[in-house]
Amino acid sequence: MAVTGFMLVCFISVHLLGNLSVFFGVDAINIYAEKLHSLGPVVWIFRMAILLLFAVHITFGIQLTVENSSASPEAYAIKKRLKTTFAAESMIYTGLIILVFLLYHLLHFTVHVVHTDAVSAVQTLVNGRPDVFTMIGKSFNSAFISIVYVIAMCALFLHLSHGLQSFIQTFGLNNGKTQDTVTAIGKLAAIFYGLAYIAIPLAFLFHIVKI
Amino acid sequence: MNLTLHVWRQKGPQDKGKLVTYPAKDVSSDMSFLEMLDEVNDKLIKEGKDPIAFDHDCREGICGMCSSVVNGRPHGHQEKTTVCQLHMRQFEDGADIVVEPWLAKAFPIQKDLIVDRSALDVVMQAGGYTSCHTGGVPDANSQLIPKEIADFSMDAAECIGCGACIAACPNSSAMLFTSAKVSQFAVLPQGKAEAKVRVLEMTKAMLDEGFGNCTNHYECQEACPKGINVKFIATLNREYLKSFI
Ligand code: HEM
Ligand code: FES
Repeated sequence: MAVTGFMLVCFISVHLLGNLSVFFGVDAINIYAEKLHSLGPVVWIFRMAILLLFAVHITFGIQLTVENSSASPEAYAIKKRLKTTFAAESMIYTGLIILVFLLYHLLHFTVHVVHTDAVSAVQTLVNGRPDVFTMIGKSFNSAFISIVYVIAMCALFLHLSHGLQSFIQTFGLNNGKTQDTVTAIGKLAAIFYGLAYIAIPLAFLFHIVKI
Repeated sequence: MNLTLHVWRQKGPQDKGKLVTYPAKDVSSDMSFLEMLDEVNDKLIKEGKDPIAFDHDCREGICGMCSSVVNGRPHGHQEKTTVCQLHMRQFEDGADIVVEPWLAKAFPIQKDLIVDRSALDVVMQAGGYTSCHTGGVPDANSQLIPKEIADFSMDAAECIGCGACIAACPNSSAMLFTSAKVSQFAVLPQGKAEAKVRVLEMTKAMLDEGFGNCTNHYECQEACPKGINVKFIATLNREYLKSFI
């Protein structure tokens, strides 16, 4: 869980850096996309590796949840929450939301089979490069698409707000002095990831970035 | 004080069990929670009814026998206090109090509030020991141990094995218990000999006994009457990783 979780965090960090290039004009993200595609087989190796990561993470996540609920089959008449958080209790649900989103996201921007009117923009060349920028922009001008992305990123935020401090603890990197700091930094980092990802659809939706 | 108790009654391991309401009248605020239950039981016995079965032994917070979830918190709401040391002055007059047993698959209910905690003994037997020389008694302090290390070990050894951590955990994981037992030995020179085997065997026993996996909710630390810190769980995880090197 922790190993794959951590690697997925690495992935979403790199993915975020790439995506934030939409804030640097039409060419920035188009160059980035062209570069990625020019890598050919390497891109495919990465894609497969990431899908494998997701598959392992999800399989363990489901197994963990099943094992844990069978270890605690009975519920108390009253149970006070002492320290845990909503985020920690809903890891499997936020995880599954991310999974559904992931499939949708791949159909949308990778396979180009949903929202075809918006994604068809990628077929036109701008400065000799496929126009990924307009594809993204047109998509996020739709309130529906933007809202779907924002909801999914809220789930990601919740998942990370528990997950980040959790993997530090699972790797045994904590001690009595670091505990609270690690938890606080984990939450701040989760807020950062959440806001940074959400900024992209909202920037287009509210025409802060224009296509 | 006058209180209304809602107590889990269950005739035996196979029985379904339910919450039954009992009035507790003229309770002295200086009584401990268990003394209050004793009085309720006296009355039940006089009425020819079956008294409420609950575990207890030392009644001074050191043995780890007492075990009840009071109003949704293992050992009740007073921090770092076992239920035998919880006093009735901590409650408001006229309060409703719900008393339930520890709930976990690994802790089958025997009767009412009594659960079978021998799974914890199995975890302990799997690796909670150190090898030592037989023969003459060694001089005290012949092995020098830095103060911080001794303190760390003693803090872990404060665990009285009551199982409140498991009762509080949404996954019924015994990670805090096991980590305290692993950590108290892991940092001491006497514990090094079995360090690798200990962490592997104890975590294996923990899972085999039907406890859940730790997902870092930290409910255990808050519920622990001895304030065992979740830093010991990080220590266990570290020992576990180290055992593969
Ligand atoms: C971008 C995607 C994702 C990232 C970055 C991510 C990250 C993480 C991290 C860091 C952890 C903590 C690991 C630990 O300390 O043991 C975690 C736990 C978990 N993840 Fe994910 N995850 C992602 C997607 C998913 C998906 C799609 C699922 C679908 C089922 C999922 C289900 C879980 C579960 C069940 C846990 C353990 C729950 C717990 O600790 O209570 N995750 N994740
Ligand atoms: S009866 Fe011994 S700790 Fe409560």
